[in-house]
Amino acid sequence: MSRDAFQIRFFGIMRWVVIAALVVATLFPFYYMVLLSVKPIDNLLLDPGRIWVSASEFTVNSYRSVLTSVEDGGQGFVLMLRNSALVSIGAVLLTLLVAIPGAYAVSRLRFTGQRKVSALFLGVYLFPATLLAVPLFVMFAKAGLQGSLIGLVIVYIAQTVPVAIYMLRSYFTTVPVSVEEAAALDGLSRLQIVRRIVLPLAAPSVMATGLYVFMIAWNEFLFALLFLAAEPSHWTVSLGLQQLANGVEVPKTVLMAGSVVLTLPVVLMFYAAERMLTEGLTSGADKG
Amino acid sequence: MTTVTQRPPATEPEPARPAPRKSTLRGQENRAGLVLVSPTLVIVLVVVVLPILWTIVLAFQNVRLVDIQSQGLFGNWTLDNLERVFSSPGFWSSLWTTVVYTIGSTLGSILVGLVAALALRKPFPGRFLVRGAMLLPYVAPVVAVAFVWQVLLSPDLGVVNHWGMNVFGWDRPIAFLTQRSYDVWGVPVPMALFTVIVFETWRYFPFAFLFLLARMQAVPAVLEEAAVVDGTTPWQRFRFILMPQLLPVIALLSVLRFIMTFNKFDDVYLLTGGGAGTDVVAVRVYRFLTARFDVGLASAQAVVLAVVLIVLLGLYFKFFGRRVQEEQS
Repeated sequence: MSRDAFQIRFFGIMRWVVIAALVVATLFPFYYMVLLSVKPIDNLLLDPGRIWVSASEFTVNSYRSVLTSVEDGGQGFVLMLRNSALVSIGAVLLTLLVAIPGAYAVSRLRFTGQRKVSALFLGVYLFPATLLAVPLFVMFAKAGLQGSLIGLVIVYIAQTVPVAIYMLRSYFTTVPVSVEEAAALDGLSRLQIVRRIVLPLAAPSVMATGLYVFMIAWNEFLFALLFLAAEPSHWTVSLGLQQLANGVEVPKTVLMAGSVVLTLPVVLMFYAAERMLTEGLTSGADKG
Repeated sequence: MTTVTQRPPATEPEPARPAPRKSTLRGQENRAGLVLVSPTLVIVLVVVVLPILWTIVLAFQNVRLVDIQSQGLFGNWTLDNLERVFSSPGFWSSLWTTVVYTIGSTLGSILVGLVAALALRKPFPGRFLVRGAMLLPYVAPVVAVAFVWQVLLSPDLGVVNHWGMNVFGWDRPIAFLTQRSYDVWGVPVPMALFTVIVFETWRYFPFAFLFLLARMQAVPAVLEEAAVVDGTTPWQRFRFILMPQLLPVIALLSVLRFIMTFNKFDDVYLLTGGGAGTDVVAVRVYRFLTARFDVGLASAQAVVLAVVLIVLLGLYFKFFGRRVQEEQS
């Protein structure tokens, strides 16, 4: 066999081996998560190697325990889901409100310090969260924002706005200038142009940016831990789950049910708009 | 940058127009730009830049959390914090752990991402689904996936150890996340650190995969077709045609992943709590802050971490700077 033929055969086989391995590696942990969440803990301890669940042992008790409110002896995840939703949706709306004008300005208008602003926004993204953690902790304690969801939303806006502007900017520049000129001739003001012309045209990228912000806010853990740990009624799902794991003798099956509750909303949302998000994320990557 | 050339020509001053009018138009645009960008600027300044500056100030002050309310912003200067950072037990090993963790995770995620992108490059039935599955680790919340890994790898009820003993014949369960070192055929392996790196690779290879796949699909097919005609082997086409096209993206990814992993807190904290030889600096900062309420020491440690990162990046750009710049232009 020639070297060429051998390599074609070899890489042809390897390709499928790699695909199979990657699918197993990415999906199995999630399958395992769901599996354990519907299994009684005794059956798990009895035979940890069995990776399926029979109809007779199937149970939703773990979910019941996780979702029941604290007063009724559960873990109160419904309240946490509400907190997480409030924080994430708030972060998405406010970030877009701030980032859309910012991205428009950076991509279209000439103003003093424009280049510096662009550089600052990207530079910010590179600073460590741990460097911010200490003073923000202190600042929020002083401003009385410690333990409040508003403080958390403010941090999430600051964490996501640079990338949001970066994502939106690269899309805004693809909207033809002539369209805007025509609108300006028709007597539209700058804000009207942004709202009626640029935004509808850039809708997919706005959606993708919103999803990105939602994902970051929903999944975030460090700042939630720092600001909210002392305030159980304000816990987000991420924080609640971690605190649950720290608690005394919580069965792993309950922990996994909590993990499913935490994972499901963000995964569903992501796949509902998967195309848009990936295109938005990498739209800058194929220019080089 | 492209931004300057693409501003609307409508605002270009026309030659016939008198000078004062021209400056008004420009002034208008200038003002509009500043107004539109100011909300972002304010938030970034207040929530990011100001705290960073304050951290640097705090690092040189003798403060604990309880003192901050009473004492002024400045004063009480000291170099104690820095001295204590450098002399505290475990500082150097923690820094070394951070570097190993960061380099291992960065290389791992880019390498797996590259292999995945190569495997999924050509269409096949179900490709869209496979691609979707591959993004799952990146999309899912870190708290959830960290706990699943903990259970998977648990010595008493985890499925990995169960199979390891029953199928692969391990003589005892491996404590992946709590064992500092493990002998594999006589070679000591830093087990917990290794596991954390594997976790990080698993979680972030989709990020590299997305970027690399996008770049691969932008490479003109003609290039490789011509190479086929020239009688090259698949490996040669990868090595001499595809790889040079990917290098700028890989260089950019390395920088991004390096920065993000270097400062990473959640993953290690959730998996091991910083125990068993995985005590990265970010977790130390958190511990100084919350366990001892020692704001000065925590700030000093955070600043030292940032300075080390800047130095490492400086070295990187000195050697590979041209490549990264190419990608960004």
